[in-house]
Amino acid sequence: MIIASNTLPGDSGYVAAAYLVFLAIVLGYVAIMAIRAARLERDVVEIAELVEGRAHE
Amino acid sequence: MYGKGLRPLSLITCVALTGAFALAFFYAPMDADQGISQKIFYVHVPMAIVALGGFVAGGLYSIAHLRTGDRGYDLKSYVAIHLSQILAVGTLITGSIWARASWGHWWVWDEPTLVSFLIVFLLYCCYQPLRFSIEDPERQARYASVFAITAGAFVPLNFLAVRLAQSYTHPRVLGTTDGLPAKMALAFYIAVVAMALLYVTLWKYEMASKHARNRLRSIRRGLGEDIGLTRSASPQ
Amino acid sequence: MRSTVDALLRKELRLELRNREAIPAMLLFSVTTFVVFHFGLQRDSVDGALAAGVLWVTMLFAAMLGANRLFVAETEGGALDGLLLAPIDRTAIYVAKALAFGGFLVAVQLVAVPAFYLLLLGPGGGDAVLGLIAVLALADIGIAVAATLVAGLATQTRSRELLVSLLGLPLLLPVIIGAARATAPLFAAGGAESIPAKWLLVLGLYDLVFGLLAFAVFDFLLED
Repeated sequence: MIIASNTLPGDSGYVAAAYLVFLAIVLGYVAIMAIRAARLERDVVEIAELVEGRAHE
Repeated sequence: MYGKGLRPLSLITCVALTGAFALAFFYAPMDADQGISQKIFYVHVPMAIVALGGFVAGGLYSIAHLRTGDRGYDLKSYVAIHLSQILAVGTLITGSIWARASWGHWWVWDEPTLVSFLIVFLLYCCYQPLRFSIEDPERQARYASVFAITAGAFVPLNFLAVRLAQSYTHPRVLGTTDGLPAKMALAFYIAVVAMALLYVTLWKYEMASKHARNRLRSIRRGLGEDIGLTRSASPQ
Repeated sequence: MRSTVDALLRKELRLELRNREAIPAMLLFSVTTFVVFHFGLQRDSVDGALAAGVLWVTMLFAAMLGANRLFVAETEGGALDGLLLAPIDRTAIYVAKALAFGGFLVAVQLVAVPAFYLLLLGPGGGDAVLGLIAVLALADIGIAVAATLVAGLATQTRSRELLVSLLGLPLLLPVIIGAARATAPLFAAGGAESIPAKWLLVLGLYDLVFGLLAFAVFDFLLED
């Protein structure tokens, strides 16, 4: 808040902080979902390899 | 298929949210009493409303689950509550910042909405501990549903009790939306709609992800390879 | 339904009389908590809002302590299976438990509230016994109804004791708000004042809503 009051007039630092909290929450959620998506992709690849391996047998 | 329509929905959400915040900053007039810090209102209150709506929606899905015995409803309820918990954290933090900006304290006990919100949040914090301390998946779903219904009914009752307990000392924008100037009200309502759209988008997103994971798991089971799939602590 | 509840209630009371598990522990806890408050607050006597707060916080924590033991016989002794095998309405089990727990609360308060008057309450607070009984009755119904539901919810989990308190405290906050606000004027330093009716109304509403709710959902906790 000290930094914000040096760079922004009046209470705008608080407003910026509030909107940043919102942004951080949404981005954090997206990051977690990205990890899940990566995990999902790895599982799909694994299963695809499994199916291909069986097809060759 | 939860992924259906996710693309247009995401686009609309992006436009609506950007538009709502743009209206809040460039269209809605500056508040006479609070000045710029009143702008927090346009992110804090929509988040709170949507979080509470999500909790209630979770309770409704739980009623459907107990009625039909369909575990799909339990998953829907789980995702709805879990998303609401995330928004609730945001509501508490932004509310605290707003309190600091307008009243000079990080926490004010005579702001009934914020206090009731804290209580509701504390109650919903027990959802995961309760859920995941039950091993049997069928019983887990049932108990989680009973909790979700109870907590959903608790939300309005708690707001009533806390609101009655407060003396109205602070000037407030909250709860008196009918007294808002038309331009402020417009920006506010659009922000609520945008936040609700964001909630629905993320809900569908997570449902699609969970649905895909569960389908994958059953395919692998069908292939006779039950080992190795990454496990995560969420209902099936 | 009626006779089933009767029989189950008699079973609960007989168990408590024989084991003496809940009531003495809750009572001892209440009195000890009053002593703790005496030292914690560094006050010889309390009145008004502070007195109401001390009384209700103690009652709430004592109730949580009792709620922890509420389903112990069922889970540890395996008596629940027997109950479920019997051709009885599941809701009757809930009604009997809640009634029994309400009875425990009243039994505890019969001694704990006089103890509170003796140990902590300042002069001039003891006038409005009837009003206090009304608030106690309404709050006890609410606590019994909600705590029994919470105990049922937590009973099948690994961390039973933890969850009862974690769930019960926020869920019972409206009762504490209502009861503390209603009792504060009774304990006022200058003699008892009248109770604001809206707090009795809040307590009554809570009792009604949670009573109906628990009645509707409790079945699902026992379906096995």
